[in-house]
Amino acid sequence: MEDLLKPITETIHQRFGVEAHESHGLVSLTIHPEQLISLVKTLRNEFKFDMLAAETAVDYWPEQSPRFHMIYELYSTPQNIGLELRVPLDGNAPSLPTLEILYANANWHEREVWDMFGIKFEGHSDLRRILMPFDWEGHPLRKDYPLGYEELQFTFNFDQVMIHKPHPKS
Amino acid sequence: MPDYREVTLEDLRNLVTDRAVTGETMLLNMGPQHPSTHGVLRLLLELDGEIVLNCIPDIGFLHTGVEKNMEAKTYQKAEVMTDRLDYLDPLGNNLAYCLAVEKLLDLDVPPRAQAIRVLLTELTRLNSHLLWLGTSALDLAAMSVFLYCMREREIILDIFELCSGARMMTTYFRPGGLWRDVPVEFEQAVRNFLRIFPKRIDEYESLLTKNLLFRDRTRNIGKISAEDCIRYGVTGPILRASGMAYDVRKVRPYSGYEQYDFDIPTRTEGDVYARYLVRMEEMRQSVRIIQQALEKMPLGPVRSNDRKVVPPPRSEIGVSMEALIHHFKLWTEGFPVSKGSTYITIESPRGEMGVYMESDGGPKPLRVHYHTPTFVNLQALPLMARNHFVADVVGIIGSIDVVLGDADR
Repeated sequence: MEDLLKPITETIHQRFGVEAHESHGLVSLTIHPEQLISLVKTLRNEFKFDMLAAETAVDYWPEQSPRFHMIYELYSTPQNIGLELRVPLDGNAPSLPTLEILYANANWHEREVWDMFGIKFEGHSDLRRILMPFDWEGHPLRKDYPLGYEELQFTFNFDQVMIHKPHPKS
Repeated sequence: MPDYREVTLEDLRNLVTDRAVTGETMLLNMGPQHPSTHGVLRLLLELDGEIVLNCIPDIGFLHTGVEKNMEAKTYQKAEVMTDRLDYLDPLGNNLAYCLAVEKLLDLDVPPRAQAIRVLLTELTRLNSHLLWLGTSALDLAAMSVFLYCMREREIILDIFELCSGARMMTTYFRPGGLWRDVPVEFEQAVRNFLRIFPKRIDEYESLLTKNLLFRDRTRNIGKISAEDCIRYGVTGPILRASGMAYDVRKVRPYSGYEQYDFDIPTRTEGDVYARYLVRMEEMRQSVRIIQQALEKMPLGPVRSNDRKVVPPPRSEIGVSMEALIHHFKLWTEGFPVSKGSTYITIESPRGEMGVYMESDGGPKPLRVHYHTPTFVNLQALPLMARNHFVADVVGIIGSIDVVLGDADR
């Protein structure tokens, strides 16, 4: 572990009771959803993690609790160190508070995670779909979502298949 | 299945001003089929006369589900899709992917392969910057620059074709090294390019840098401060033009970038013109790196010797039973990657590109996430475009250097 990160993870351990672990050169903290805002605030204000480098999620379906891991990659430009936060979430109506107030770019990242995984962000200012069409149903990056092929359309089932299409022509 | 529904003003209520509801200001749709939005970017502009009050970017028209598709493919096959993300920086995408896989496997790459990787990614940076220069000048009505840029870009694409057989979708870097060594003509081709290219950069600059029309259209347009850049996670030339010397190649060197001597160009103005100057200087620095890579190109193998990951050379297959088995296993099953996750970053021509990769121990990735610079940088577009003319929005989009394949994935 980098020397700069050690005091940070120790302080976090004392205050939040979260153990850091390292894999492939990346230090990560696995935390509870309730701790998220206060922990990120501490990291941002006290330890100068001023940039949200990436935000994404992983689906561990068919496991149910936890089914998702929400992943935040924080980066500190003055100290040049990175830290990963992982938040395990249940499969049933997963939701988290938004980080939009702390990092402005969380806006689109959270829209993408909502679009792709169906994880809701409470307090988000504009939680619309971003990559899929706005009236799309389902969340494509979930593991139980099929990879998807077009249904074959013949004369006898033309109308039926047309109804199932995301954008029915008429 | 709900009926086909149209987006109403209610959906965008918190994104536009109250005056849009009463009809005092005008909502104008720009794109997705607009030549100056560089692909399929759609902007919803709220206009007061010709002044932009709000700008709402709408992306996703080029969404191809690459991340989902990668989960269904082995590590070798999934790499082919990375070329299609940022189609102006295919080798950079390959590099990010390979670095992530190599990190998970703890695989070492021979020095020759690393030098060739650096050389080719810098050529890709030039390729991308040339297209950016041509098209963004074209948007500001400087037509001839586009033609000159395309002329030089052609030479770079020919070099890619020489190495990999493909001009754009190369997939030349593989986990553990390269697909094969570069051909003998490669060195001369790069030398020929290096001989003419620095003069050509001066030529482009003589067309634009002191051009009054160009300066009027770009100075004090689309300003953004370094603090706002950090707040929005904006990186790359935009951040450097705002005065912060942040370059992943320097702060977290990868693939042996620490051995090369180059500068990070910065400006402090943070406007479109500053971004133009930063990118022009970056091209010169890339030429420096290519020169150094070519001079001290080490000899030796270009692929790791780990036969569990890297397929054996063709010549061995005929004489060694073990090599044949490895070949067969690798191309049918793929290679297993130990359980774990990693996040690596590289400097793409547009900014910091990150790859989050997680493996469940099988031959297919559990999750690959590309954190792409265009996606992040586009988010700051409303900030830059506010209170400018519609015509300036075109210049600002050009200066962000959007590649929608990169944003939509």
